[in-house]
Amino acid sequence: MKHIVKILSILVAVAAMWIGLLHISIVPKSQTWLLPLYLIISLACYGLLMVGVGLMRFPTCPQEAVLLQQDVVEAKDFLRQKGVDIGSD
Amino acid sequence: MAEKQEREKSKFSIIVPTYNERLNIALVVYLIFKHLRDIDFEIIVVDDGSPDGTQEIVKQLQQVYGDDRIILAARPKKLGLGTAYAHGLKHASGNFIVIMDADLSHHPKYLPSFIKKQMETGASIVTGTRYVSGGGVHGWNLMRKLTSRGANVLAHTILWPGVSDLTGSFRLYRKSVVEDLIRSCVSKGYVFQMEMIVRASRKGHHIEEVPITFVDRVYGSSKLGGSEIVEYLKGLVYLLFTT
Repeated sequence: MKHIVKILSILVAVAAMWIGLLHISIVPKSQTWLLPLYLIISLACYGLLMVGVGLMRFPTCPQEAVLLQQDVVEAKDFLRQKGVDIGSD
Repeated sequence: MAEKQEREKSKFSIIVPTYNERLNIALVVYLIFKHLRDIDFEIIVVDDGSPDGTQEIVKQLQQVYGDDRIILAARPKKLGLGTAYAHGLKHASGNFIVIMDADLSHHPKYLPSFIKKQMETGASIVTGTRYVSGGGVHGWNLMRKLTSRGANVLAHTILWPGVSDLTGSFRLYRKSVVEDLIRSCVSKGYVFQMEMIVRASRKGHHIEEVPITFVDRVYGSSKLGGSEIVEYLKGLVYLLFTT
């Protein structure tokens, strides 16, 4: 099943529930009309929250840059000894 | 039993596409040989006609390490990433394929952990992830991090890919799996990496992750502009409808 079909099925199911709610009116109708809006707002909030959390906990590795420079020096020494022409910098 | 046999006869073909990576390819080759002792492997350099003499350096490296361990698969000009992998595959004799960048953002010291993970789990794909503990990125400013997180959340919300790092390209594949995937992937650039892993996930391949660190390219600048973001969004929509 294509992924878009999965997502559309979920949307249809949610829409069906909403229409059901509109008909049986457990919740006041004025509130039910606004439910899709709430859903969109909460999805957006979830997205922003996930981006924010991801940004705060973004894993960084400054020590790796230092280690890499050491590896580069080591590699250059070895390659020069073996006569590989890697330039003179 | 079958697993044990696989372990004994495993050979890894490491495909490294290059374009003007004269210095970096030498450093990467040295580091691969340093970190992969007691393992049967070959390095396949797919060079797209670099004018800076990358191929000359590869030939010199063949003198040092042997031309059975380093294979130069040259192409006349820049022809794109997907076809570079396909071209490299034609020269590969291993039953596992590793794909990595030549610019030192993928450090060869992680290769043993890819191989170990594959042997422990029998996975068809082991993909490096920057976004878990033990992994990480160095050299990105706040804007770059924000874009990356936004792109990631968006992709996870609409694609449910089942892996944490979609656009990373440091991966180990079973050869039959990567051959099949490359045939079915059409995207360009790093959307190609995302397409590979999403299609693999949809086909039900066993995918495992290992943490890697990513030091953004030391020599030369990294590229992420508005057009890349548009390409990424187009890629997401394309995958939403075709996978």
